[in-house]
Amino acid sequence: MTFRVHVRVMPRSGLLDPQGQAVEHALSALGFAEAGAVRVGRAIELDVDAGSRDEAEARARLMCDKLLANPVTEDYLLAVEDD
Amino acid sequence: MTRVAVVRFPGSNCDFDTLRAAQQYGADAYFVWHRDTDLKGSDIVILPGGFSYGDYLRCGAIARFAPILDAVRAFAADGGPVLGICNGFQILCEAGLLPGVLRRNRDLEFVCRDVRLRVERTDTPFTSRCGDRQELTIPVKHGEGSWYADEDLYGELEAAGQLVLRYAEDCNGSVGDVAGVCNEARNVFGLMPHPEHAVDPLLGSGDGALLLAALVDAAAARTLAIA
Repeated sequence: MTFRVHVRVMPRSGLLDPQGQAVEHALSALGFAEAGAVRVGRAIELDVDAGSRDEAEARARLMCDKLLANPVTEDYLLAVEDD
Repeated sequence: MTRVAVVRFPGSNCDFDTLRAAQQYGADAYFVWHRDTDLKGSDIVILPGGFSYGDYLRCGAIARFAPILDAVRAFAADGGPVLGICNGFQILCEAGLLPGVLRRNRDLEFVCRDVRLRVERTDTPFTSRCGDRQELTIPVKHGEGSWYADEDLYGELEAAGQLVLRYAEDCNGSVGDVAGVCNEARNVFGLMPHPEHAVDPLLGSGDGALLLAALVDAAAARTLAIA
C-alpha cells in the first residue's frame, strides 16, 4: 500500500528563528499588528510504500531522524494520510 | 610530497582556490569527485566551500551521503587530517564528524567581508603555526554560518579545548562567537572563514597561510611517522 506522509519540520522552540522574526516584522509593517510568535519551518510530502499505516509512520520517522530534520536544532511532526 | 585531496561536489566553488593554495605551500594537490570512493593516497583531505547540491534541504545535508564521504570518514577515523572550509564545515557537521550545526545568520544577511579572528587553541595540526590568542584576518562569505550548540554541548567542547577559533568581532550570531571547531581527536577541523582566500598580502591578507601551511607541515610529519 502507498501512504501519503506529511512532514512538518520546525526550528526547535526556544531557539532564535531569524526568518520568523523577519516575517513577523513584515506582517507588522503591513498593518497586521495582531500577528505574533511567527516561526518559519519547512513542509515535506512524500509517498511511502508500506504494509500498514504504522509501518509507513515508523519508516517516515526514521527518514526524519536521519535526513529530513536536523536533530540538533529542529523538531518535526508527522501525519500519515488516510487512504 | 604531501598529497592533498580536494573533494568536489556539484556546487563547490572554492575548489580551485583551495587547490592553488595547497600547491602554493608545496603540496601535490588534486581533485577528487564526490562519486569517487577512493582518496587516491591522500595525506590531507579538504572539503572546500561552495553550495554543494544547491544547499537543498539544509547546507551539507545531502553531501553527507556522497560516496566519497565513506572514504573521508575512514580516513578521519584513522587519524588523517580533514579540513572543512565553509560549506565543507557544514558538511562535516551534518555528517557528525564535527559537533554543532550551522544555521542561518542571525541578521539574515549574507556576510561577505574580511573578519578578525582569534586563535583560541594552538594544539591542533591546523593552528600550530599560530601564536596563542593571535589575531588573524580572513574573509568570510556565507549566509548560513551561525554555529550553534546547546549549553551542555558548548560546555563540553570548551572544556575539551575544541573551540579553536572565534570571531574577534560580531559576525553572524554564532554561539560564543565560534568560527571554527575541531573533533575530540583534533584531526578534523572546520571553519567558516576562507583561509584559501587569504594567502597573498597583495589581495588583503596572508593570514590563511598560517593555517594551510601548518596543515601541510603536520601531514608531512605524520607521513614520516607512519613510514
